[in-house]
Amino acid sequence: MNEFLDRFTERAEEDGLLDVAYATLDTPLGTALVAATRRGLVRLALPNERLEDTLADLAEDVSPRLLEFPARLDEARRELDEYFEGKRRRFELPLDWRLSHPGFYRRVLRATARVPFGKVITYSDAAERAGSPRAFRAAGSALGSNPIPIVVPCHRVVRTGGDIGNYGGGPEMKRFLLELEGAV
Amino acid sequence: MAHALPPFQAFLDEHLEPVRAFLRGMVGPGDAEDCLQDTFLAALRAYPRAEPRNLRAWIFTIARRKAIDHRRSRSRDAKPVANAGELIDRRGATGADSQDGMLGMSSRHSAIWAAVAGLPAGQRAAVVLRFAVDLRYREVGEALGTSEEAARRSVHDALKKLRASAGELKEMDR
Repeated sequence: MNEFLDRFTERAEEDGLLDVAYATLDTPLGTALVAATRRGLVRLALPNERLEDTLADLAEDVSPRLLEFPARLDEARRELDEYFEGKRRRFELPLDWRLSHPGFYRRVLRATARVPFGKVITYSDAAERAGSPRAFRAAGSALGSNPIPIVVPCHRVVRTGGDIGNYGGGPEMKRFLLELEGAV
Repeated sequence: MAHALPPFQAFLDEHLEPVRAFLRGMVGPGDAEDCLQDTFLAALRAYPRAEPRNLRAWIFTIARRKAIDHRRSRSRDAKPVANAGELIDRRGATGADSQDGMLGMSSRHSAIWAAVAGLPAGQRAAVVLRFAVDLRYREVGEALGTSEEAARRSVHDALKKLRASAGELKEMDR
């Protein structure tokens, strides 16, 4: 089985047929899933998301040519490991933004990607940085739809007044990440 | 979506072992793994255009085509595929119960599978799908692009020939 798969995924990659490669990753929060196209990291599913659902969505939204192929995710997994060990403050791996809606949503996420480790901004700040200062609710929705959490650090966007606000993985997860970064 | 294509990994996990069993029956264990690679690589190439409603018939169609291509290229290379007579002769000559027969089984099984290898391609595919992959006749028909009736007939005809071979085998065991 594994011998077959090793050879098969390598050949698929060589022939340019592996549109989406995925791997699982152990984190202090539980098992996460990372997926990459040839362009870069396209999806990170937090431990509270069901693996089969995530894979079915990727098959439909990106490509059904989807295989478990950890080799393509070596860099992503290394950087994330280092992040959780407190040894990495910024991610350098290439990202594929195709799963975020182009326009305002993507601008919010790109602006969020530039918020440094250990810092927080408010939803209004995020809206302003994306070019629409008053659209803080839409900014919240954009962040809620973040396909690459942690690497695109939507956990660094909090409510005005200090409440940490919502998080796809639940508020405890958001608090854990902010504590890991020494931001709260 | 009601009929979305599953992720290729899930498709592969579901069909790998049945297709492997089919190819072992069609080309023998020595060449089955290469055919298996070629089969799933061709499937991956065409996958986005596949009809999600009958992926099993689809993958067996590809596997059958690969097995036929493979046997053709083997005979072009003047390396004949073992046939029943040949294997039985070899066994008779050495008298050994060798493990390196047609399917890596005992020679008794090898001889049976060698007889299967000697069947016409359509009958061989039908009998392997029915007994090595354990499909129902309706499913055999789908995989071969024929009716359930035609599949049943192919298997029936094949079994008649295999019984005749088995009879000869018994004679040789005396």
